[in-house]
Amino acid sequence: MNMTNRQRLREFARPDRVFDFMAPARSPVDVRHGPILYLEDVSVSFDGFKAIDDLNLTIDDGELRCIIGPNGAGKTTMMDIITGKTRPDRGQAWFGSRHNLLQMDEPQISNLGIGRKFQKPTVFEALSVSANLELAMAGDRRVWKTLLARLDHEGRERIDEVLETIALSAERDRLAGVLSHGQKQWLEIGMLLMQRPRLLLVDEPVAGMTEPEMHRTADLMTRLAGQQSVVVVEHDMGFVRSIARIVTVLHQGSVLAEGSMDEVANDPRVIDVYLGGDDDAADTREEG
Amino acid sequence: MSIAAMFKRNSLLDERSTWITSVVLIVGMLAVVVLHALPPDHAWHLNGSVVSLLGKYLTYMLLALAVDLIWGYLGILSLGHGAFFALGGYAMGLYLTAQQSPLAPWQGVMAHFPVAALGVVLAPGLLALVFGWLAFRSRVTGVYLSIITQALTFALMLAFNRNEMGMGGSTGLTRFDELLGFSLSSESMTVALFVASGVTVLLAFWGCKAVTRSRLGRVCMATRDAEARVRFIGYRVEHVKLAVFVLSAMIAGIAGALYVPQVGIINPSTFAPLFSIEVVVWVALGGRATLYGALLGALVVNYLKTLLTGVMPDAWLFLLGGLFVVVTMFLPQGVAGLMTHLRRRREVAT
Repeated sequence: MNMTNRQRLREFARPDRVFDFMAPARSPVDVRHGPILYLEDVSVSFDGFKAIDDLNLTIDDGELRCIIGPNGAGKTTMMDIITGKTRPDRGQAWFGSRHNLLQMDEPQISNLGIGRKFQKPTVFEALSVSANLELAMAGDRRVWKTLLARLDHEGRERIDEVLETIALSAERDRLAGVLSHGQKQWLEIGMLLMQRPRLLLVDEPVAGMTEPEMHRTADLMTRLAGQQSVVVVEHDMGFVRSIARIVTVLHQGSVLAEGSMDEVANDPRVIDVYLGGDDDAADTREEG
Repeated sequence: MSIAAMFKRNSLLDERSTWITSVVLIVGMLAVVVLHALPPDHAWHLNGSVVSLLGKYLTYMLLALAVDLIWGYLGILSLGHGAFFALGGYAMGLYLTAQQSPLAPWQGVMAHFPVAALGVVLAPGLLALVFGWLAFRSRVTGVYLSIITQALTFALMLAFNRNEMGMGGSTGLTRFDELLGFSLSSESMTVALFVASGVTVLLAFWGCKAVTRSRLGRVCMATRDAEARVRFIGYRVEHVKLAVFVLSAMIAGIAGALYVPQVGIINPSTFAPLFSIEVVVWVALGGRATLYGALLGALVVNYLKTLLTGVMPDAWLFLLGGLFVVVTMFLPQGVAGLMTHLRRRREVAT
């Protein structure tokens, strides 16, 4: 966007793209100067509809953040921007203080350490549960390396460990397609863990889950935070209340309120647009 | 890490279908050679034209394998794979004509077998590389991709029909004499080409099996089922598609090169969209994403075609269309799927 000609020339002829040994080592995320995720004045519109409007958001390293908001508030679009699927019209998006997310595409961002769970669980149904995890495991993603890749001892242990975490050890050799809805949600979270991300974006993890499954998921999310930064988008107020430390309310593409669950729940503007009472909140749960 | 290690590690032959397919291919090939060697007045003697016909089937099986690799495992429905087959065929055809008198001066270079052999894989490989790079980078998928593959082969058909191309125009390349200094009309050459085709099918089958059983193969299947997800876990989907597409095009090119000396002609009709669609029917009938299903489908459909075009030529297209409808409606997994289903049922019953 605002590259000088020299930078452009360097982009055009990059020796590190040809010779592997010249590629910079996977540079770690720099969080010494503050947040792990930083969005500033981000706007995007589709056919005149402002999906995101001057959005500002910062997520600290190791934080567990819940994002709520009515349908159409821009939650999924925000995730699309962070993961490189959608380019904003304006604004800045930084991962740590070193990586400009707006100059990268999906695989690059993923390999930097941002993992994403979709609203609808998407696992690879024709593959076994352990194969799903194996594909997601952090490693060299280039075609030739992938062709020759073999699962080593360390990788196998990592898979066992994650299977344990998501309570699917008994299902490891079954096809992912035959899992129950809740199990697919967990498998997808497990795939995120295999990527060893620094930041996890989780879109509606408890949609369609039974009460006990929901408790397990809440437990899982709380355990993940601390090791990773986690951003959870969720409609289910009970679930948000059980895990949230800080809640951000989105409305019409920008932040309406931010604070603890109680502060947010008592904010008159929030009550006005969204909460309006627990009954309404429960109603929005099944909508997606 | 070497390719040999990859083959070993995948323990290719631990799957029953792979075992059976390999054994059937080898035994079938030996049987044909032995039956051909019987004295001509023996009741079981196979004459040269039958061996040559079977050799042609083998090249079709190789082409079906190439289509199954990208359609069955990667979800790319190519309705123009005949183009890569034909390009390999034309490279071989140029070599064969250059043995006597090349049609254009530049074609003299094709008289050298190593150059021609390189052309057989490079011409389809490069076309697939350029075409695939443009298509996959722009994220063209599904039916749109199928349509442009169809347009590609149609455009090439029109181009190769022109005399200015120096490829023999609508007649194509024909009247071949010698291959590597041996006469093409001799019986031993017929058998040699048959064996070469059979061995190539076997090697390509193992090669494709190794690719599909590797982690890359699983990335392919994942891409087929949930492309966006694969991107979000960090794989460059366009590179994966491009690599496998180019590999598939090269296999198709080799199939074309083996086809031409056995049939004795290559002309623009091989680029015709109908032929490419026929290949897709073979694979659909045999069963996608099994590899052996593609081999089976190509053999069965082409045998039927030979039988039927002898008796009532006009009925063939109706039968082909009918087969496709029946398979799509009742056997979405093809014959291979039906066999797996029956075996499971039997296992459950016992």
